[in-house]
Amino acid sequence: MGFPHKSHERETPVLSRHFGEPEARTLEGWRARGGYKALEQALTMDPVAIQNLVKESGLRGRGGAGFPTGVKWSFMKPGDGKPHYLCVNADESEPGTFKDREIMRWTPHALIEGAAIAAHAIAAETTYVYIRGEFTEPLEQMRAAVKEAYAAGVVGPNAMGSGRRLDVHVHKGAGAYICGEETALMNSLEGRRGNPRIKPPFPAVAGLFGKPTTINNVETLAAVPHILNNGADWYKGFGRSDNPKSTGTKLYSVCGNVRFPGNYEVPMGFPFKDFLHDLCGGPPKGRSFKAVIPGGSSVPIMTMDEAEGALMDYEGFVAAGSMLGSGGVILFDDQQSMVRQIARLARFYAHESCAQCTQCREGTAWTTKILERIRDGEGTPADLDTLMDLAENMTGKTICVLSDSCATPVVSGINKFRHEFEALIKPSRSTVAAASPAAALA
Amino acid sequence: MSDATTRAVGDAAAPSTHTAGHGDRGITMPYEPVFVGARRAELDELLTRYPTKMAALLPALWIVQEERGWVSPEAMAEVAQLLSLTPAYVKGVVTFYTMYHQHPVGRHFVQVCTTTPCNVCGAEDVVKAFLQHTKCGELGVTSADGRFTVIEVECLGACGFATPVMINDRFVEGVTPETVPQILAELP
Repeated sequence: MGFPHKSHERETPVLSRHFGEPEARTLEGWRARGGYKALEQALTMDPVAIQNLVKESGLRGRGGAGFPTGVKWSFMKPGDGKPHYLCVNADESEPGTFKDREIMRWTPHALIEGAAIAAHAIAAETTYVYIRGEFTEPLEQMRAAVKEAYAAGVVGPNAMGSGRRLDVHVHKGAGAYICGEETALMNSLEGRRGNPRIKPPFPAVAGLFGKPTTINNVETLAAVPHILNNGADWYKGFGRSDNPKSTGTKLYSVCGNVRFPGNYEVPMGFPFKDFLHDLCGGPPKGRSFKAVIPGGSSVPIMTMDEAEGALMDYEGFVAAGSMLGSGGVILFDDQQSMVRQIARLARFYAHESCAQCTQCREGTAWTTKILERIRDGEGTPADLDTLMDLAENMTGKTICVLSDSCATPVVSGINKFRHEFEALIKPSRSTVAAASPAAALA
Repeated sequence: MSDATTRAVGDAAAPSTHTAGHGDRGITMPYEPVFVGARRAELDELLTRYPTKMAALLPALWIVQEERGWVSPEAMAEVAQLLSLTPAYVKGVVTFYTMYHQHPVGRHFVQVCTTTPCNVCGAEDVVKAFLQHTKCGELGVTSADGRFTVIEVECLGACGFATPVMINDRFVEGVTPETVPQILAELP
């Protein structure tokens, strides 16, 4: 539902159905809503059969990358004699995204159930739920729910009487966006600085504590019980008939300059124009939309022309020039300076860089400095080329994609809103003079 | 919590002294270990959750901060000894994460989100209002009465409830410059 607003009739609330219902937070309340039936069933199934069911459903990672979940699980080989781990990525920090927060706040047992099913499917005894330190309320809800689940024997040494050991531990982060990157998350869990690791080895080979590990996003896992309860075909039924690659429902967090901000759940392939104007109520009164970032701050900025023709799924957003990402929809109205906001985004990435890779450490810092100089009216005509050059050196050259994520809004912003940058850059005598000897030398 | 009985349980941290803080150079007082009694039991339980001692580092540092309000060099040394790490290693980890305070902060630690989604909703004016009404004047500076420290924070993950503000462990959503005085008035 469009929490904190009432559910819109065109929404398809599956994951968000019980948002806003305090009773859904308790084990009893969750069971009354059909909870833990899927786990009970899963514990009687062969792990590989669960992997295949999830593969068949088409469920893809909801954290941003969109990797097929069943395929990811199939990299974990039951019976290899090693301890396996499941990490739940609840380090939701992508600007614009606040869906996992609501899942944990309102339906913590949905996450525990999905995680327990996943743990069984990948033959993991231990699950760590890594929640960002700032999420004090989700942490509290999750800790209470885990405690209740242990007390009732839903998880623990003999999960639901199956003889399977399924331990679930909540681990609190301490303030670092980068720990949402899966290898940084594992380092952080191990008690290290949250520096991303070089891949390979991939986590399924050598992950947490050097053992085979799967990392899944909160929303991905929360969808799993529904797939077990209703079947793969039911899940595939949500989506465009001409695009079988995106299935199911997706939660979108809508924020920025919009009339009704909040979380909305729609099936894959929903028209973005209807979503923005009908469900989210359009721009604030007397304003109009100028731009939108559809999938968290790391995806390309879209103009409204691009956005209003887009269909909301992995392929639909790519076709329209952006990405689905994490589903964090950030809206900018006609009062906003794109230069100012892109500079603010760059500052975010500069602050959050772990500083391992030179391209990122230097690139995010210089990008911010140059953008803020332009914002303050002190930019030079060469600055835009310098920014594009920097962006090229920040893309595809580092251990993780934080650097790329900083370059993305800068490049798309300059390409699509160049006039706003140029309006702030006045060609001065010194820069004109500086340009001519350079031209002569070339 | 550090009466004679509980102190005897905390055998890990060797007795040491420390300077009491900025401006008190030269005055030393004995360091009271954090991990005694219930807090020690809490750490022992945490250690059962992970295959390595090191993995309990972030949770252990959280316990320190809950107890003391910040993570002092002496506390880092205590944690290092308990988890068989070096103090330098622990410091390296503490400095990586923004939520561990390396200095004492005001009784009410106010974090205002100013990242893009909140920024377009006027978060910078909320920051100004907090700085003015708490009399902190500047970001990161504790007010003269020791009640407040205000900082800007990167995305709190509550973008649909702009502007979210964290006051210690509590989230306040939908804050505007106009609601700041009322929020502050309700604080002890």
